[in-house]
Amino acid sequence: MIELAVFVIAGGAALVGAVGVVASRNPVHAALSLVGTLFGIAVLFVAQEANFLAAVQVIVYAGAIVVLFLFVIMLLGVDRAENLRVEPLGGGQRVTAGVVALGVLALVLTTLASTGWEATGVVGEVDEAVPDIEQLGEALFTRYVYALEITSVLLVIAVVAAVALARRGGREEEIVDPGQAEREAEIGERMAAAEARAGSPNGEADERAAAPAEAEEAAP
Amino acid sequence: MIGVDVVTPAWYLALGAVLFSIGTFGLLVRRNPLVMFMCVELMLNAVTLTFVTFSRMLRDTGGQSIVVFVLVVAAAEVVVGLAIIVALLRKRPGATADDVAILEG
Repeated sequence: MIELAVFVIAGGAALVGAVGVVASRNPVHAALSLVGTLFGIAVLFVAQEANFLAAVQVIVYAGAIVVLFLFVIMLLGVDRAENLRVEPLGGGQRVTAGVVALGVLALVLTTLASTGWEATGVVGEVDEAVPDIEQLGEALFTRYVYALEITSVLLVIAVVAAVALARRGGREEEIVDPGQAEREAEIGERMAAAEARAGSPNGEADERAAAPAEAEEAAP
Repeated sequence: MIGVDVVTPAWYLALGAVLFSIGTFGLLVRRNPLVMFMCVELMLNAVTLTFVTFSRMLRDTGGQSIVVFVLVVAAAEVVVGLAIIVALLRKRPGATADDVAILEG
């Protein structure tokens, strides 16, 4: 009975949060809805005896990733209203997205139902008497130790890439700022000249890409 | 089997499938790159929930181990993705995912 209540409340929070992420007009609200989903899933982890993962979920996702999202939203100021004018999309893509999403859902559910909602496979030997963190640690540092080491390399690469991307942007902005408009006009001219010279076959594509940007700037 | 008064693993699997679908829908419908990223996080979380459920059903730690890796990959993905978005939106404030089409050669 308690498990049912936990499932309904936590699952409901996760679902409401997920709908909020998709439906919120304001990116800040979407990020805060995401916190609801992440907490709900963390509670469901606890309900399934994955206590360590629940703690990691809250610390890494709710504590770090969502804060990063909010930081970027507020740094860039993309929570202003004019951004939302281009959204949501017209009917065609929405219908297609709905069909695809329902198709994915139907596919997963029928696959699960075809197995009778039972997992078949090699049954491991989890000992309920041993805390999950000990068993997880043992698995990570014996059977999956190479994968674990590779993820550390991945993290280093990601950090270096993020610093490189973010720093370069910042420095350019500082230097370019005084004569930015002139410089941009000059670059635009040069690109147009190069395109005319090349008689570029994808000139049409460029125009198409530029059109929405112009429309956006024209909008008040 | 889905019972009514007992929470079976099937419930968690169904919830994971629904969350994944909502994430898919959002990813396809939204054009703000930040919100699209959040939808990807949603999908990743649905999958981790499924992994933990299978881990419990099979009494195996493999599912939980994979969740750790998914967390690491998600963190790396968010860091790099947000750096790209910051670089993009600095150049073109108010850019949407459609505007990234100018990157095509």
